[in-house]
Amino acid sequence: MLNQIRPAIVLTLLFTLLTGLAYPLAMTGIGQAAFPTQANGSRIERDGAVIGSALIGQSFTKPGYFWSRPSATAPEAYDAAASSGSNLGPTDARLIERVQNAVGGGKDVPADAVTTSGSGLDPHISPENAQAQVMRVANARGLDPREVTQLLARMTEWPALGIFGEPRVNVLELNLALDQVAPPAE
Amino acid sequence: MTIFGWLQIGLVLIAVLALAKPLGLYMARVFAGERTFLSPLLVPVEAGFYRLAGVRRESEQGWLAYVFAVLLFSLAGFLALFAILRLQGFLPFNPQGFGGMAPDLAFNTAASFVTNTNWQSYGGETTLSHFSQMAGLTVQNFLSAATGIAVAMALTRAFMRSGASTLGNFWVDMTRATLYVLLPLAIVVALAFIALGLPQSLDANFVATTLEGAKQVVATGPVASQEAIKQLGTNGGGFFNVNAAHPFENPSAFSNYLNIVAMLSVSLALVYAFGQMVGSRRQGWALIAVTGVMLTVGVAAIYWAETSGNPLLHAVGVDAALGNMEGKEVRFGQAMTALYAAVTTGLSDGGVNAMHSSLTPLGGLVPTFLMQLGEVLPGGVGSGLYGLIVFAILAVFVAGLMVGRTPELLGKKIEAREMKLVILAILILPLVILGFTAVSVMAEFGIGSIMSPGPHGLSEILYAYTSAAANNGSAFGGLTANTPWYNTTLGIAMMLGRFAYIVPVLAIAGSLAGKPRVPASSGTFPTDRPLFVGLLIGIILIMGGLQFFPALALGPIAEHFAMLAGQSF
Repeated sequence: MLNQIRPAIVLTLLFTLLTGLAYPLAMTGIGQAAFPTQANGSRIERDGAVIGSALIGQSFTKPGYFWSRPSATAPEAYDAAASSGSNLGPTDARLIERVQNAVGGGKDVPADAVTTSGSGLDPHISPENAQAQVMRVANARGLDPREVTQLLARMTEWPALGIFGEPRVNVLELNLALDQVAPPAE
Repeated sequence: MTIFGWLQIGLVLIAVLALAKPLGLYMARVFAGERTFLSPLLVPVEAGFYRLAGVRRESEQGWLAYVFAVLLFSLAGFLALFAILRLQGFLPFNPQGFGGMAPDLAFNTAASFVTNTNWQSYGGETTLSHFSQMAGLTVQNFLSAATGIAVAMALTRAFMRSGASTLGNFWVDMTRATLYVLLPLAIVVALAFIALGLPQSLDANFVATTLEGAKQVVATGPVASQEAIKQLGTNGGGFFNVNAAHPFENPSAFSNYLNIVAMLSVSLALVYAFGQMVGSRRQGWALIAVTGVMLTVGVAAIYWAETSGNPLLHAVGVDAALGNMEGKEVRFGQAMTALYAAVTTGLSDGGVNAMHSSLTPLGGLVPTFLMQLGEVLPGGVGSGLYGLIVFAILAVFVAGLMVGRTPELLGKKIEAREMKLVILAILILPLVILGFTAVSVMAEFGIGSIMSPGPHGLSEILYAYTSAAANNGSAFGGLTANTPWYNTTLGIAMMLGRFAYIVPVLAIAGSLAGKPRVPASSGTFPTDRPLFVGLLIGIILIMGGLQFFPALALGPIAEHFAMLAGQSF
């Protein structure tokens, strides 16, 4: 039995070198060379400055922007260095209270507008949620609501090939497009 | 539920079934020691590893020596990982300068990754250096999976052989599983993941100035390489705190599709390989049918519960159309969240793309129950196959009792010794899960960690020990598990769930290998027909149901009726 100690130690070491260093470092090299945009986090730049990642949601509070979903990251919403869901159970009174406050007496509010996502970094909202925000955004920017609705329709993503994924709107990309159409009134 | 949702679910399952045969045939060749298309590249590497490790590939081991090798290799992996986690402050690739892990957390994490559980009491991006993620966790993602495959292959050989005293060589099986199966697949999947948007860099993060002028620090790292083996090895340990709900681990519908296919394909193909190796492909398909039927029912149940939504929220003005969206991502929707939740717990993956804690009560019951069934749908890589065979032995035994004949499985007579070992293996799960849960709900150090009170609190604790003992690793994340009590007992639960199961399984293998293969007679109960599929499903359900129904009634089922009655806690 003692003769098994050597393979246990040696194979642990060899596989650490192979799968723990060679494999991830090789993938990093190939990834950086072949897909540099994705491998570095799908960053979006405007005027030479990084303004975010196309994949990561960010917090919007100004009336002239479409708002992302509520986020459970703490202490600040959309903290992309510490992802977190709320983890509240479905009958937790704190969940019901939080959602009730977010709904604010409204009716038939789209569910994603008042619930936190799993990651706290959801970059998307549902088209219904976005549609419900059109009036506010249009008023804040002095735009015709029909123009904002058209922009929203253009930015809405549909299931790829008709079957993969859900209808959704990337909030950061939508707001970027909005800024191009009509710069926000400061 | 929509037809469109079911179409998405169906497409994943079709892809996995289509892969089962070619991948299964390939693995059957690998573990028969035959040449494959990768041999020209890998034979020199393999031979070099054996030479340095002093392994003679033709020398085979009996069941006891095989067990000893498994345990020793796991111990070596545990010690190496524990040391890396404790010492990470002194090791390279640590751009954020994280210090070493606390001893109880390092114990829990090392136990977790060595047992293929990947329970995470920590948040990856706020705790671990890139070195710990790569040279620590990623390595065990490969090796714990390869160990599971090796044990499954040893049990498979027991059915192939007649009057044999050996089961193969663990070092060879483990090495070949890593080199020929897991590593090539991981390279392909990792590159696909990068193309789909998963980061793969050695930076810690980048800083963005948001449209509203705030500073956003975006954590990044070598994500794709870890995500690939996390799924292929049914490990489930994420790079980030929220696992595959994080947009960098799972950015789109396509990456979600690939995630689920990757986590299912190796486990299912191993079941096919089993059929191929024991000379009965029909047997392989029969076992695949069992997992397919049960998994589909599980998906349907979660899908239905989550699209029905939470009436407590509908009552305060939330539109019911999107279903329960707390803890879920818009890009996956209800169908692909339900599929992920069922697959990750039917397997022993444990990755999540939504927060299971925030599922509706019945939506959360299903993942709990799927784990309690022993994770055989189709289970973790290797561990699922040997779990299925343990249940199959129990099923032919029950069938034998009904007609009064000695039960047989694939020509091997099942006798008292095998049955004792089967029961020993099956009892581990209820003993560990219910035992630790009972202690935890009676003491402050247990209930003090609960987040959501009421029946959900019991569900949180029950889920934690279920996940640990079944080597799953997913969590009802509300529970504050990073305490000395939970870190220690969950670590022990993981060890027992893994090794106290593997030892009887290999003992069964040793016993069966020594028996002659008797040819099927008119009195043999055929184990590759629909009747057996039905019987096996019944046995798995009855075992899981009888053991855990009382606990489930007090947790998720009680919460479900409270929710319907409009009560919150």
